[in-house]
Amino acid sequence: MTGTLVVVGHGMVAHRLVAAVRAEDAGGRWRIVVLAEEHRPAYDRVALTSYVDGWDAGALALPGSDYTGDTAVELRLGDPVTAVDREARTVTTESGFAQHYDHLVLATGSRPFVPPVPGRDLPGCFVYRTIEDLDAIRAAAGRSGRGRRSAMVVGGGLLGLEAAKALRDMGLSPHVVEMGPRLMPLQVDEGGGALLRRLITALDVTVHTGTSTSSIEADGGRLLATLANGTELDLDLVVFSAGIRPRDDLARDCGLETGERGGVLVDTTCRTADPAVSAIGECAAVEGRVYGIVAPGYAMAEIVAAGLTGGEADFPEPDTATKLKLLGVDVASFGDAHGATEGALEVVVNDAVAGSYRKLVVSDDSRTLLGGVLVGDASDYTTLRALVGRELPADPGAILAPSGGAASVGVDALPESAQICSCNGVSKGDITGAITAGSADSVPKIKACTKAGTSCGSCVPMLGKLLASCGVEQSKALCEHFAQSRAELFEIVRATRIGTFSEVIDRHGSGTGCAVCKPAVASILATLGNGHILGGEQATLQDTNDRFLANLQRNGTYSVVPRIPGGEITPDRLIVLGEVAKEFGLYTKITGGQRIDLFGATVDQLPFVWRRLVDAGFESGHAYGKALRTVKSCVGSTWCRYGVQDSVGLAVELELRYRGLRSPHKIKAGVSGCARECAEARGKDFGVIATEHGWNLYVGGNGGATPRHAELLVSDVDHDELIRIIDRYLMFYVRTADRLQRTAPWIEELDGGLEHLRAVIVGDNLGICAELEAAMAEHIGNYADEWRGVLEDPDKLARFTSFVNAPGTPDPSISFRVEREQRVPVSLGVPEVAAR
Amino acid sequence: MTVLTEALGLAWIEVCPLEAVPTGGGVAALLPDGSQVAVFRIADGVLFGLSHWDPCSGAAVLARGIVGDAGGVPVVASPVYKERFDLRTGECLDAEGVRVRTYPVRVAGGLVHVGSA
Repeated sequence: MTGTLVVVGHGMVAHRLVAAVRAEDAGGRWRIVVLAEEHRPAYDRVALTSYVDGWDAGALALPGSDYTGDTAVELRLGDPVTAVDREARTVTTESGFAQHYDHLVLATGSRPFVPPVPGRDLPGCFVYRTIEDLDAIRAAAGRSGRGRRSAMVVGGGLLGLEAAKALRDMGLSPHVVEMGPRLMPLQVDEGGGALLRRLITALDVTVHTGTSTSSIEADGGRLLATLANGTELDLDLVVFSAGIRPRDDLARDCGLETGERGGVLVDTTCRTADPAVSAIGECAAVEGRVYGIVAPGYAMAEIVAAGLTGGEADFPEPDTATKLKLLGVDVASFGDAHGATEGALEVVVNDAVAGSYRKLVVSDDSRTLLGGVLVGDASDYTTLRALVGRELPADPGAILAPSGGAASVGVDALPESAQICSCNGVSKGDITGAITAGSADSVPKIKACTKAGTSCGSCVPMLGKLLASCGVEQSKALCEHFAQSRAELFEIVRATRIGTFSEVIDRHGSGTGCAVCKPAVASILATLGNGHILGGEQATLQDTNDRFLANLQRNGTYSVVPRIPGGEITPDRLIVLGEVAKEFGLYTKITGGQRIDLFGATVDQLPFVWRRLVDAGFESGHAYGKALRTVKSCVGSTWCRYGVQDSVGLAVELELRYRGLRSPHKIKAGVSGCARECAEARGKDFGVIATEHGWNLYVGGNGGATPRHAELLVSDVDHDELIRIIDRYLMFYVRTADRLQRTAPWIEELDGGLEHLRAVIVGDNLGICAELEAAMAEHIGNYADEWRGVLEDPDKLARFTSFVNAPGTPDPSISFRVEREQRVPVSLGVPEVAAR
Repeated sequence: MTVLTEALGLAWIEVCPLEAVPTGGGVAALLPDGSQVAVFRIADGVLFGLSHWDPCSGAAVLARGIVGDAGGVPVVASPVYKERFDLRTGECLDAEGVRVRTYPVRVAGGLVHVGSA
């Protein structure tokens, strides 16, 4: 028998319910109809603030949330349910659509609470809940004129600080107004709040606590807000994020009971008094209590799904622990953060110098952990949260000591049942089970087979520790010849100024090297300026592409890519490329990086080809190297009707500045002259997009097999500041990334990710920016065209022969055929091994 | 090109001065019968000869691979798909049953000779 399950609302929790029912409902018992108010399928609302990084709604999409191909699920968007008839078991939507149900689940979420402030409905006042809200805020922020713009956020809780971050990323100066005595009053205590205020104020956010907004008035296109303490703020816009209220109107209207503080009243199985109606997520009041975070909502979804598919589950003791990084400041609170338990004791370490506040709440015998607050440094959050309600493995003071922390509360101290990933309800036992069963030997594999770490990601560092505690070594060794990682070798070579591979391997490695470590060390030597990459011993270290300064193709010939900075080329130079291709019979193709690739040159031909090119003013394009490739550009304000800056000029400048920089992997860049982004700069390792006021810099993008959009690092910076930050970014990447690690995974693996990167290269919190800039200046000063270097050196030239005993004789086994009027290789032999 | 005949019936073909083979690297030579040989010289000065033809890609490129060792075994890694070949036996370490031909190599009078049957 098939029944109809109607789900009202399509947020994260509703999607979890549908996914869980579909996963469990093997017998096809339920046909599911989802009726949603929003015009897009469920998306990751928890990550809403990250929408500002790229204004890419697709990045927030939840996998499978449109149920494409699943005929058992019908999703109706943009048509909210307006009435429920419990007797007839039907719901009716705004458009008049009526739907019968056998079971109804209310998942209507919540609405932003807007305090009754006079003027709250004026244009320029917004709430912070949906993608559309952010689009509206962005449009308003863009409308105001030049100069520093300011905004007010009403509410200094978690959501308010998120909104402040979003506004700051849009280039506004935010004021945060919190009625309580401190920021995040629900999560942190007084001491933590004081430090949080200090850290956040340092980030250009003005904090007003212990006061409220008395009125907002329109003031000639701007807004004038008056606070209860008399402060007046001249603003471009106002964002209300003063909490949420459950959307329980449908339940009220159909006679279902609601909780004292609102919310559809349900029992611990999430059923209302009507057994055919359940409620889950932020609109539900489980035994009277409403939860405004996603993890308890997910638990409710799983409970209802289990109930509908013949299983059984009860609402667990909800985990309301919170960890987040607000404006780069770690804030975490878990368990009984305020010491409300009778007899609870607090142990506090408040280090004003290091900028960290750490508090543990313990039972009266100081043996059981009850909760805690961490501000500034929340690295021990996952471990400590898992210990709540359990006996502490050490004295609380020792755990909080700077040298203690995670070290003293190792993962081994955690019981098997300790929850590591609270978003997806994954326990330590689930994870260690997967590791010991052999199905997970790396963090990505743990993520794939247990789902741990796939939502908020805060437990990811813990996954690495669990691997280590199960004896799975995550080796950083470059190869069998070096126990060090690439980054460690870089530091060794930089500090000791060793100039040859032989010396590096003699003193710091073993054996004679291999195809992994030789090019890696060669790249490090090249970055640190040790002359021509084919000089002396260096030639034999290079991979064939660097060895012949060209790109090896499948038949043993090479392709040639001269540099065409920014993709700008004169007709005369274009003619030279055509003539050279014609003379040497080279297949010609335009590349994705706005250059021209000439294919089919034998090693003997390369110097002759390059003689012509260098004479015509071309230089190496480093298409063969793990190095800066191209800086792609759109045509920019010189020609384009929409361009706001000269993108070609900047691209040419950047490409010439960083040409020849050897790096862990190839580096690609782009510059767009306006927000239309025709240069696809966000698909690059670094991308620059022009704004009315300057330039936005995005980092960590790439195309290829795992495409990624670059994320916003800084916005509206001027030309000189932009260059300084790119200098630091590239040099920091070159120094610290793994071999063959593009910038996106590099940033992902940095402890603290993009925020950490921003702290290091924008905030200079490691104090290395001047040194990074100096290293880049040295690289730029040392730059010389590699091909000119070969042509001017008879010894290097002599190596460009196919046969040592027959210079000038090309490989006789190479042959070509003609396809679409050009020469292409005839394949040699049968490469059957490669096909395996 | 000088061809030296030995009692074994092996022809020693002079290919280049020893210093033309870089330590830790290789060069290719074209034999009179049209076959292509890759001559390698490893860190301690020992020379090896392998067919220049890479069976995994079908291209004549092995002399352009990076020379090193795998657990102490001297190897060259093909520049195309990076399979490693034992310089002593021609055996491929990364594809079972794949092997390239080996050639005897000697140095006489500062010149490198490759033996061809």
